[in-house]
Amino acid sequence: MSGKTLYDKIWDAHLAHEAEDGTCLLYIDRHLVHEVTSPQAFEGLRMAGRTVRAPDKTIAVPDHNVPTTLGRENPDQMPEDSRIQVAALDSNAKEFGIHYYPVSDVRQGIVHIVGPEQGWTLPGMTVVCGDSHTATHGAFGALAHGIGTSEVEHVLATQTLIQQKSKNMKVEITGKLAPGVTAKDITLSVIGATGTAGGTGYVIEYCGEAIRDLSMEGRMTVCNMAIEGGARAGLIAPDEKTFEYVKGRPHAPKGAQWEAAMAWWKTLKSDDDAHWDKVVTIKGEDIAPVVTWGTSPEDVLPINEVVPAPESFEGGKVGAAKRALDYMGLTPGQKLSDIEIDTVFIGSCTNGRIEDLRAAAEILKGKKIKDGMRAMVVPGSGLVRAQAEEEGLADIFKEAGFEWRMAGCSMCLAMNPDQLSEGERCASTSNRNFEGRQGYKGRTHLMSPAMAAAAAVTGKLTDIREMM
Amino acid sequence: MEKFDKLTGIAAPLPLVNIDTDMIIPKQFLKTIKRSGLGVNLFDEMRYDRQGNEIEDFVLNKPAYRDAQILVAGDNFGCGSSREHAPWALLDFGIRCVISTSFADIFYNNCFKNGILPIVLPQEDVDKLMDDAERGSNAVITVDLESQTITGPDGGEISFEVDPWRKHCLLNGLDDIGLTLEKAPSIDAFEAKMSAERPWV
Repeated sequence: MSGKTLYDKIWDAHLAHEAEDGTCLLYIDRHLVHEVTSPQAFEGLRMAGRTVRAPDKTIAVPDHNVPTTLGRENPDQMPEDSRIQVAALDSNAKEFGIHYYPVSDVRQGIVHIVGPEQGWTLPGMTVVCGDSHTATHGAFGALAHGIGTSEVEHVLATQTLIQQKSKNMKVEITGKLAPGVTAKDITLSVIGATGTAGGTGYVIEYCGEAIRDLSMEGRMTVCNMAIEGGARAGLIAPDEKTFEYVKGRPHAPKGAQWEAAMAWWKTLKSDDDAHWDKVVTIKGEDIAPVVTWGTSPEDVLPINEVVPAPESFEGGKVGAAKRALDYMGLTPGQKLSDIEIDTVFIGSCTNGRIEDLRAAAEILKGKKIKDGMRAMVVPGSGLVRAQAEEEGLADIFKEAGFEWRMAGCSMCLAMNPDQLSEGERCASTSNRNFEGRQGYKGRTHLMSPAMAAAAAVTGKLTDIREMM
Repeated sequence: MEKFDKLTGIAAPLPLVNIDTDMIIPKQFLKTIKRSGLGVNLFDEMRYDRQGNEIEDFVLNKPAYRDAQILVAGDNFGCGSSREHAPWALLDFGIRCVISTSFADIFYNNCFKNGILPIVLPQEDVDKLMDDAERGSNAVITVDLESQTITGPDGGEISFEVDPWRKHCLLNGLDDIGLTLEKAPSIDAFEAKMSAERPWV
């Protein structure tokens, strides 16, 4: 019998019930909640006279709708429907007695940044949230994935999920990364190689030297976009970097419990003889700084290439590429580095952490953004914002001409007023370039924070290696 | 949840790959705190122009497909966000079944929680049904969950796979939460064991 993968081990450690037909109940250690996908779930509980089974394992924070402008505590800053949704989370958190970080709290931020920051996310846990980017927490060796609102209600009521086991996929990034290549380039390049449905039905474990070399922030960026590759979750085995990051956080174990936790956490890795249903290996040195050209995260190419011709694809992708080029206003053969942009967005659960802001600020130091450019930095949490101010990064952004915003999801999905207008073209550090994602008829190019900062300065998509 | 046993209805063709949940229901409609009323905004940006007028050549605006109950779509339907507003919008419009070569995981799950049957078929079967769906008001197909078969307008039958547990729940319109709560003693026992073994959780 072959050994177990990390996913197998976490699965086994959380199996609360297995029916004769193989249907499993998986116990959930942390349930993160935000304002958009939870109101109907809480309403369902109320209608059925049910309670939250484990309020101490349930953490809520408003992030999707909230304005990112100063003075946002003033409810007049929010449109009526957003205000109602945030107010519903306020009152549900109070009514059901769950942990809550309101907009006025400095610890508020994007739920996937707040969880790890506060030590709620720990190795070996099961973590769910009504948000597909829950995969982020996999960076800690936690099995973390997005769920729909019915499942949010199911977890609130039972602290379990009805699950079927996924298959195991190993994505190995060998060797070292070249200068200018970041975690974002890794994760986009993997999606480029496997496609947006390549991971469907799998849990991915990322491994290899290039992954081990990443900081925790970088690992979160990689796992964050596992969902964009179709995978249910992305995982990275915990190591000393993980433990170092977790230690001392407000909700991390302390004293004897820390020692006990460490003893278990150190066993959390795939066995050498584990069975993998699919293996993808990419050489770290082959990864270049990349940008997306189309309307799916798989439409990704190295920055020094040209816009592809739809005929170069096969099957349904030919039509999809035609539609994407039409939507994006691009011509086959056009150099990617000639594409002019008018907006830059740095932030999101993909790239709104301190390391991301440092990387962008490093490029912007002593420079100005191009005339007429709209550029904003939206830190992932109030604490990231405060740290960036302390490190002098905020001043660099402001002096360069960036708007320095409050924390939230912002223009990643444009549910709040931070949106693209029709035809505007954005260099964005977010995770989705779908049609209309950042605003009706807005055009999104995904890239790393350093690449987005470089684009803000030059006014077009730019090879970061030329600015280093 | 409404039961799903047998459905005979118009099938609408959507021959696009990677139809994401932002397309199915754009974010501005996620600000609701209800599950109902989203059907009018299903595929909003493909269905209406900026002034809110219907775009004539979008399939669900064509007279033959306005009452469609089945969608036949390209690969990887429902990718992207976890928003259950996507199946809510489909259901509210009247769609009870989506057929494709593949679905994104979370969307696929969300369908079953809302009485919608997502069916995965090989490319050749989807191509055949896509052709059938192109026949306008003659694009009537029957989906029988009990026998796991799809019958096209010409009487040809295609069989499909579905997980037995999910089939059982759909056929009977069962509420997951109620069923799981029947297993509360197992959850209690698991929790007790865990608080001894992993007290830091």
